[in-house]
Amino acid sequence: MSKSISKIKQVTKEKRQKSVKSPPTVAKRIASVSSESSVAKKTVGIFSSLAPAPESSDHIQLKSQYDLFINGKFVKPLSKIYYDTINPATGKKIASVAKGNEKDIDAAVKSANKAFESWSKTAPKERAKYIYRIARMIQERAREFAVIETMNGGKSIRESRDIDVPLAANHFFYYAGWADKLEYAFPNRNPKPIGVAGQIIPWNFPLLMAAWKLAPALATGNTVVLKPAESTPLTALKLAEIIQESGLPDGVVNIVTGFGDCGAALVNHPQINKIAFTGSTPVGKYIQKAIAGTNKKVTLELGGKAANIIFEDAPIDQAVEGIVNGIFFNQGHVCCAGSRLFIQENVAEKVIKKLKERMKTLIVGDPMDKNTDIGAVNSKEQLNKINHYIKLGQKEGAEIFQTDCAIPSNGFFCKPTLFIGTSQSHRIVQEEIFGPVLTIQTFRTIEEVIEKANNIPYGLSAGVWTDKGSKIFNLTTKLKAGVIWANTYNKFDPTSPFGGYKESGFGREGGVHGLLPYIKF
Amino acid sequence: MQLEILKTYKLYIGGSFPRTESGRFYKLENKKKEVIANVCLSSRKDFRNAVVAARKAVEGWSGRAAFNRGQILYRIAEMLEGRKMQFVEELILQGASKATAEKEVRQAIDRCVYYSGWCDKYQPLFGSVNPVASSHFNFSVPEPTGVVSVIADENSSLLGFISVVMPIIAGGNTCVILASETKPLCSISFAEVLATSDLPGGVVNILTGNSKELHTHFASHMDVNAVVYCRENAEEAKAIAALSSLNVKRSFMWQKDWSKAEQENPYFIMDLQEIKTTWHPIENIGVTGAKY
Repeated sequence: MSKSISKIKQVTKEKRQKSVKSPPTVAKRIASVSSESSVAKKTVGIFSSLAPAPESSDHIQLKSQYDLFINGKFVKPLSKIYYDTINPATGKKIASVAKGNEKDIDAAVKSANKAFESWSKTAPKERAKYIYRIARMIQERAREFAVIETMNGGKSIRESRDIDVPLAANHFFYYAGWADKLEYAFPNRNPKPIGVAGQIIPWNFPLLMAAWKLAPALATGNTVVLKPAESTPLTALKLAEIIQESGLPDGVVNIVTGFGDCGAALVNHPQINKIAFTGSTPVGKYIQKAIAGTNKKVTLELGGKAANIIFEDAPIDQAVEGIVNGIFFNQGHVCCAGSRLFIQENVAEKVIKKLKERMKTLIVGDPMDKNTDIGAVNSKEQLNKINHYIKLGQKEGAEIFQTDCAIPSNGFFCKPTLFIGTSQSHRIVQEEIFGPVLTIQTFRTIEEVIEKANNIPYGLSAGVWTDKGSKIFNLTTKLKAGVIWANTYNKFDPTSPFGGYKESGFGREGGVHGLLPYIKF
Repeated sequence: MQLEILKTYKLYIGGSFPRTESGRFYKLENKKKEVIANVCLSSRKDFRNAVVAARKAVEGWSGRAAFNRGQILYRIAEMLEGRKMQFVEELILQGASKATAEKEVRQAIDRCVYYSGWCDKYQPLFGSVNPVASSHFNFSVPEPTGVVSVIADENSSLLGFISVVMPIIAGGNTCVILASETKPLCSISFAEVLATSDLPGGVVNILTGNSKELHTHFASHMDVNAVVYCRENAEEAKAIAALSSLNVKRSFMWQKDWSKAEQENPYFIMDLQEIKTTWHPIENIGVTGAKY
């Protein structure tokens, strides 16, 4: 919540700092959407003279071509095939990336398997020091990582700078400290590493997910083959450079870029002992099925459709910030996004009015601009999927609201969208959209909202907004979800376990609970 | 001479003792090929009925105070102790020697007491207060995963059965459990212990029948949260793991020697728990974050 509130503050601060001449487009864009309401009028004063504040990409180092990272070296894919990775904000190519296949995966797994022999026997204190070193090197190059993350994924620079990159570094720092303390985490047990972990990560938090996966795996003495998402491989490959510089023994971490076939080869490789997957529920189910009958351990962090519940006694202004942060953070490409809003009936009108006014101040556009709230949708396919659901919502009879903000003509962008008057049976309420699309329902009683919130196959997260402590604990106990944000939303920390109930997956990442998936007794 | 009253072995669903809806049965024979009992051959429909009963019982059972659950599990041990001889006799009838049967019953009673004690103790050991860097109070607690389906050990029909049921219900889950096919007697008699132990109906539901027929349903039912398989059949184990993916069911293979002391521990409880993390902001806090 504090992060969202600080958005406005930050915008004004940066306005003061930047005295670049003001291209008319931004000011006009803001003025045009803001002239309707009194709240918006107040903000016009701030925004009308708003200049773009683009982050420079001068200081980053990007190669034109990226190879696979296997056994401590960058190697060409056996197929010799490369594919283009693009900037979704412009649609332009950034670099060529190796398209790994089954044989590359095999080489990577073999290298990880070989490295396991010595890495698993490396003194835990020494293991810790390698991981601390990686954390520090990410911190040192944080700005570079943030810029590349934004260029490759489309998320706003403010988010990659303030959330993705620092959290990624913190995850390594946090888990580094566990390496020589594992026996304290599991009462009456002697924890041992499992072996080679195959890790498959999504495109919504490319560096952060790599950190969530690698840090606990390394701290517990496992070796890794990591497959980044095909559309966002660059920060993982930059991380490979850091891993190489850190002196981590060859083969402990291997990174193979590629498409779905590459991920499938990793899942099915006989020398993999553990799979960690973050991504969609259908792929998670495929993986669970594929490894049936093997001894492979698995953790799945899958889709979500979180209820964000606003009670009549909630601090409404804060709740509105929480709603905005809940659904529009990272363009809504968040598995734990608060995509189903439930408002208690007697405050619904007020909340929706304030929400609409707040949405009008959101800036959609160049992710590299520090003023931007909502950046580019990650890929054309994803934009098509979101647009499909927006059409579907209208067809299902829900009332749509979008701000009339201008969006860039190039690249993939989507306006923040509300659907009012939705019901449980609507597909836009039941299915994960993974975009800046919020469905709104109202409720009268606590029992009703609990029933509705839980009546979905997912169970990753939920939000509760009320001033009453006993009501919060009643709700958090009864909501079937792995993470409950009470009077806040979308908060993450290395010490805090994250993961789902039901079809949102199993296993936890973060905190002491995040160690369990990587150890055996 | 007074004629012996033979017991009709039935199922245990939702706190009552129905026969299988299918009307089917199988003959249970002893080593001399004499018929001991006609046992219910449960159907898919029986399983589905049992899941409905188990689901209905989740809220009440998981909502009980942990201390109260502990008392009820202890009561189960008390009831079992009182009927010790019945279970010894049934184990002997199923082919065990007197000494083995007595040992198994003693161990079974001890196991109930062991898990009774865990009911209100695993939470602080496996939960945590997490020192997040922002100004939030953040804590994680284990919560029951919900309805668990179980295919119990084929050979260890009392101790193996109890060793699986106890950690599941100690953690606040409810379950549907398929008893040993060749040695079902004491598993069903155990229902009589449960029924007189203040355990709410539906928390434990017991079926008898054939795993080959039922195991796919145990794994594919969409309102079951987790499945535990305790037998040696690799083909069935694989099918269960694969079908679990239909609703991302948690699946566990517990093929253990239940007579060993190390096969009682809180990690069995934790297999069937979810970790829930709650965040709440803290007012008036310094920039350095939470003060815990």
